Amino acid sequence: MTDLNFQRVSAQIVATLTRILGPRRLSLAEEAAQDALVKALQLWPHEGTPSNPSAWLTQVAKNRALDLIRREQRLVEIDGDPAAIADQNRPLASRLPDTRDPSAAARLRGEAAPLADDELAMMFLACHPMLSREARVALTLKTVCGFGVREIARAFLSTEDAIAQRLVRAKRQLRDADVAFELTSADYPARLESVLDVLYLLFNEGYAAHTGDDLVRAELCREAIRLGELLAAAGPKICAEGAPAVHALLALMHLQAARLPARVGGDDDQVLLRLAEQDRLLWDTAAIASGLQHLDAASAGDRLTVYHLEAGIASCHAVAARYQDTNWADIVDLYDSLIAIKPTPIVALNRAIAVSRLRGPRAGLAAVDAIAGDPLLARYYLLHATIGDLALECGDRDRAADGFTAALACECSEPERRFLERRLRAVAT
Amino acid sequence: MAQFTLMLREDGKVFEKFSPAEFQAIIARYGAWRDELQRNGKFAGGHKLRDHEGRTMRRNGGGKVVVTDGPFTEGKEVIGGLFVIEASSYDEAVAIGQGCPHLDYGSIEVREVEVTRRP
Repeated sequence: MTDLNFQRVSAQIVATLTRILGPRRLSLAEEAAQDALVKALQLWPHEGTPSNPSAWLTQVAKNRALDLIRREQRLVEIDGDPAAIADQNRPLASRLPDTRDPSAAARLRGEAAPLADDELAMMFLACHPMLSREARVALTLKTVCGFGVREIARAFLSTEDAIAQRLVRAKRQLRDADVAFELTSADYPARLESVLDVLYLLFNEGYAAHTGDDLVRAELCREAIRLGELLAAAGPKICAEGAPAVHALLALMHLQAARLPARVGGDDDQVLLRLAEQDRLLWDTAAIASGLQHLDAASAGDRLTVYHLEAGIASCHAVAARYQDTNWADIVDLYDSLIAIKPTPIVALNRAIAVSRLRGPRAGLAAVDAIAGDPLLARYYLLHATIGDLALECGDRDRAADGFTAALACECSEPERRFLERRLRAVAT
Repeated sequence: MAQFTLMLREDGKVFEKFSPAEFQAIIARYGAWRDELQRNGKFAGGHKLRDHEGRTMRRNGGGKVVVTDGPFTEGKEVIGGLFVIEASSYDEAVAIGQGCPHLDYGSIEVREVEVTRRP
């Protein structure tokens, strides 16, 4: 039972049933998968774990789906819509809710085996561009990653009700639009961007020490990388021109994840360490190697994406043996290119920090001052913390203290708060 | 050694909201509890009782047998299954029951199987 993973199995069941029954019955597929897990919990403690648990769960879910479909069809027969009742002479099939597809149950009986591409297709369904970003993220976590509603709520500091409603709405949208499960090669390029966007968001949410539960956040990073690898392995089947962007995103995620073990320190690992303070021997060299490999593969195309540039920046850090070896000139160049295609205040702030490393704290402070008026940054702790850091380097203790105090007034996580308090104390001494 | 049954009562709805990861963790806890008993030779069997098919039979005031669907009443704890264990005393059986993860999701009734010793 060692490599049995309920999240994987449950997601696989949902994907397979959704392929067989169609995305209109996604909720039914989820219900059947959930019921199979309930059955396992009720039976296995008494009878022991079956020899092939995944096959057991899949079979039970399939049977349950058949029951649910029969019940659905009986309900239509009994209290169905008035039009169907008025026309009792029509054949049963045409009175079923899914009139185009009267044979769902028959296909379900005939087909059992999960297909390797089910998970991939499910990912593209959950990330359908018609859905809002939040809905795509929630639906991906629920159906592709096998998260529960409570776990999704915990990862995004939201309530279970809000997440549950978001999921219901998203599934209704997919049903109303009658989206197909299988994608044609023409669909892939347009949909891939939306999928990558969701993976990027999942990873960043997991990586940022901002919100939510630690364990769940680490899982978000792992899942984003796993799904990215799944895309990369599917490679040209999805779309040849999209492959470099997939590799670029994977490079970015691996290179960032490599630094995770070194990011905290101090008593009980409760202090957030900056790049300059991290013990680089703790960086995960295998993850760095994977990252650089993907970055290499990413250079195949002629399209430069945000992922390429951000992965490039991450690689500059990853290959520097010591902080003082960092190639800041390259990093500033990459930020200049990045800001051209992603002109956000956060990118501008990070560019300003890189400028301060290359041309000194005064140049950095000038770059920060140029963007400090942006309303999006006003409540962002990192803006004020950066002003504090750079002012301190310029010898301006008063401005530094003001910066850290302003940063502490912003919303931030506990490790970030401790970090800022430490900086504020450093100003005073 | 005597045999005891641990009758597991639960509200059928209690498990509906769990996530796949939670299901896996809970099943692993039951498995560990059961393995431990098996290692010590104290596990004698277990049965899951089928849901939603139980019927209760009893005589009414006039002596007629009345069969009612049930015993399920929404939201009420019902016996979902039982374990049979070996223990040297009722206290030991209770102690074993206390280690059962089921207590987090329902209640356990411990009953000794009475055996008439033939002369």
